[in-house]
Amino acid sequence: MLNQKQAVLLERPAKTNDVLPSAPVKIQDTDTKTVGQVTVDKPIMTTRNVDVYYDDKQAIRNVSIDIAYNEVLSMIGPSGCGKSTFLRCLNRMNDTIESARVTGSIELEGHDIYDKKTDVVTLRARVGMVFQKPNPFPKSVYENVAYGPRIHGLARNQSELDEIVETSLRRAGLWDEVKDRLREPGTGLSGGQQQRLCIARCIAVNPDVILMDEPCSALDPIATARIEELIDELRQNYSIVIVTHSMQQAARVSQRTAYFHLGDLIEVGETSIIFTNPQHKLTEDYLTGRFG
Amino acid sequence: MSTPLLIAVLLLLAAAAFEFGRRRALQVAGPEFRTLHSLPRYYGSYTALWCALPALILLGAWLAFEDKIITILVIADLPAAYQSLSEPELNLIVNDLRNQLSGNVVSRELNLDMQAAVKHYGSLRATSKAALAVIFLSVAMLGMGLAWRKIAPDFWARNRVEAIVKVLLIICSTLAIFTTIGIVLSVLFESIRFFRAVPVFDFLFGLEWSPQTAIREDQVGSSGAFGAVPLFAGTLLISLIAMLVAAPVGLTSAIYLSEYSHPRFRAAAKPLLEILAGIPTVVYGFFAALTVAPLIRDAGTNFGLDVSSESALAAGLVMGIMIIPFVSSISDDVINAVPQSLRDGSLALGSTQSEMIRKVVLPAALPGIVGGLLLAISRAIGETMIVVMAAGLAANLTVNPLEAVTTVTVQIVTLLVGDQEFDSPKTLAAFALGLMLFLVTLALNVIALYVVRKYREQYE
Ligand SMILES: Nc1ncnc2c1ncn2[C@@H]1O[C@H](COP(=O)(O)OP(=O)(O)O)[C@@H](O)[C@H]1O
Ligand SMILES: [Mg+2]
Repeated sequence: MLNQKQAVLLERPAKTNDVLPSAPVKIQDTDTKTVGQVTVDKPIMTTRNVDVYYDDKQAIRNVSIDIAYNEVLSMIGPSGCGKSTFLRCLNRMNDTIESARVTGSIELEGHDIYDKKTDVVTLRARVGMVFQKPNPFPKSVYENVAYGPRIHGLARNQSELDEIVETSLRRAGLWDEVKDRLREPGTGLSGGQQQRLCIARCIAVNPDVILMDEPCSALDPIATARIEELIDELRQNYSIVIVTHSMQQAARVSQRTAYFHLGDLIEVGETSIIFTNPQHKLTEDYLTGRFG
Repeated sequence: MSTPLLIAVLLLLAAAAFEFGRRRALQVAGPEFRTLHSLPRYYGSYTALWCALPALILLGAWLAFEDKIITILVIADLPAAYQSLSEPELNLIVNDLRNQLSGNVVSRELNLDMQAAVKHYGSLRATSKAALAVIFLSVAMLGMGLAWRKIAPDFWARNRVEAIVKVLLIICSTLAIFTTIGIVLSVLFESIRFFRAVPVFDFLFGLEWSPQTAIREDQVGSSGAFGAVPLFAGTLLISLIAMLVAAPVGLTSAIYLSEYSHPRFRAAAKPLLEILAGIPTVVYGFFAALTVAPLIRDAGTNFGLDVSSESALAAGLVMGIMIIPFVSSISDDVINAVPQSLRDGSLALGSTQSEMIRKVVLPAALPGIVGGLLLAISRAIGETMIVVMAAGLAANLTVNPLEAVTTVTVQIVTLLVGDQEFDSPKTLAAFALGLMLFLVTLALNVIALYVVRKYREQYE
């Protein structure tokens, strides 16, 4: 947990918490209407009618969903249904793909993230991302975690930086395992440790939302269990959106679940409800293993 | 028959042998073609190889020794008076005989003895030619026949052919290796002869280079100074200037091409950049001498600087342009080899593109980039033409890039151009310089390869 001093020091100057959110955009009537609990009372992020095209091919259609504070939202669905594509919209990582085009509105605490006035660098500092394959930089463990704070100038001196690194590693549940090898390369850790290092690297810039794209698919069951525990702890401080292929994982870690099918967001609901009592036929088919 | 004709005939024979072998295999197999150990074409190849290879080996050996043997026979047949002549004189006479035979200009009137010798020479040559043709074709037929007789269903033709092919490949590759070793050894031996005349220490650490030695005992003139330091200093200076041009330009263009440019632009620009490496160095040379050097001199005059018309700067600048593609191409490749996941990781943390490049991509690609730079340096060190034309021949020991300097390679050229005595220190010095240069570039290449390989292991 951050103490008072660290919390102050980690806070971004241009934090927009205090700005009143604009009235949520109405969900337009469309033929592919998502069933279930799409909106929440106090969302941190809202997406409305989001379409993504790769060149002329449409990857996702008309996706509208809210993300609440301190919740874990899991996204499930068959391969190629657009989960990663949607996730990458939330921190504009799709900008790095030449052919990708995003329409619709996505807001972070009331601010349109695709607005011309939005600085994508600040956005990505507030909406962090953990990838499918652990991708630590070929630098030391310490440098991996210190990377974000360095580029954003979050630490005024070495001891503050040390503190951020330690806090982040502790929160990622990695500190005890690496505290004696901070100067060794991060690529030398085990797969599960590498992934937790990437999570530590991500929370070192103190984001509001963490996006995770199948973060456990390259890990063994024990490392996976470790990360799932971690996700549950992180919920105290962050909103987390996680794409997963494992329905058990979605059931274990998330409060709400969204089911995607061929580019459409079919159903959103409380995880316990959606798994026991899905409303949409497609959701039911998928959950009962009839396809996917 | 002339040699090309013989080879053409042999090829025809081999083609026929292939067909004979194939047919024979099918024939011995009878209707049960499956009883053959190998496919019929392997029996054909086997027969063709046995037809061609022994004959070719014979041809090579014959051509190598024919002339020597004939010469010995001709000399042995000369009247006794000639036998007592010294070897160089005999060589002259044999030369005359040859020239007479092929209708070239002859240095003296030929007496009767000599004319007889010419006839003898001519007849020996004709005999040799005829004998070669006969023996050559017989060997080919014999080889074909032997192989043909061996063909049987349980004869392992495929394995034999593979073995022969393997031996051929080994011979070809060792040929390349032995050529290299031969060159190195000959340079080494000549260098040792040089170091008998000039102490190694004087060569390596001497500060003065003026290789003019007296050719005759009574000649007035310098005894020569063989201090290689000015040459290596000049090489270093020019290479340094070249790298100062090539490293930043090559690296930044590689970064632009791999990280910023549109793929379509990159696809067009990269080959264009690589064309720079395809321009003949002599073209760069006169570009340096006729365009760049005067430009620099004029510019220098405007600033009140005294620039000689041949300067290290001009040569270095142009050489730098020449090696830009070495740097940019290799750097571009290694930068592209940095996994996209690292870029994504950095961008997702909110770094800008240039922060990502500086802090993640370049450090990860650094070993490969260093390898590319080292290769470019060894290319710069070995470059001759540009320096000959643009930097001059004066062996000045200076760090001023506006003065004329000379390099190791240029001195090797000037030492060997023109009439030379092949055992004077002046000529031998070229070998010593060559040896030094070889060692330096070899070391650079080894380091570069080592660095590049180490880098490869990181991501594979
Ligand atoms: N960079 C890309 N360029 C073109 N098409 C893409 C790209 N990335 C994904 N797609 C396409 O978009 C669709 C959704 O992909 P993705 O979001 O990766 O699915 P998921 O993560 O659910 O498996 C797929 O049909 C895929 O082929
Ligand atoms: Mg995916």
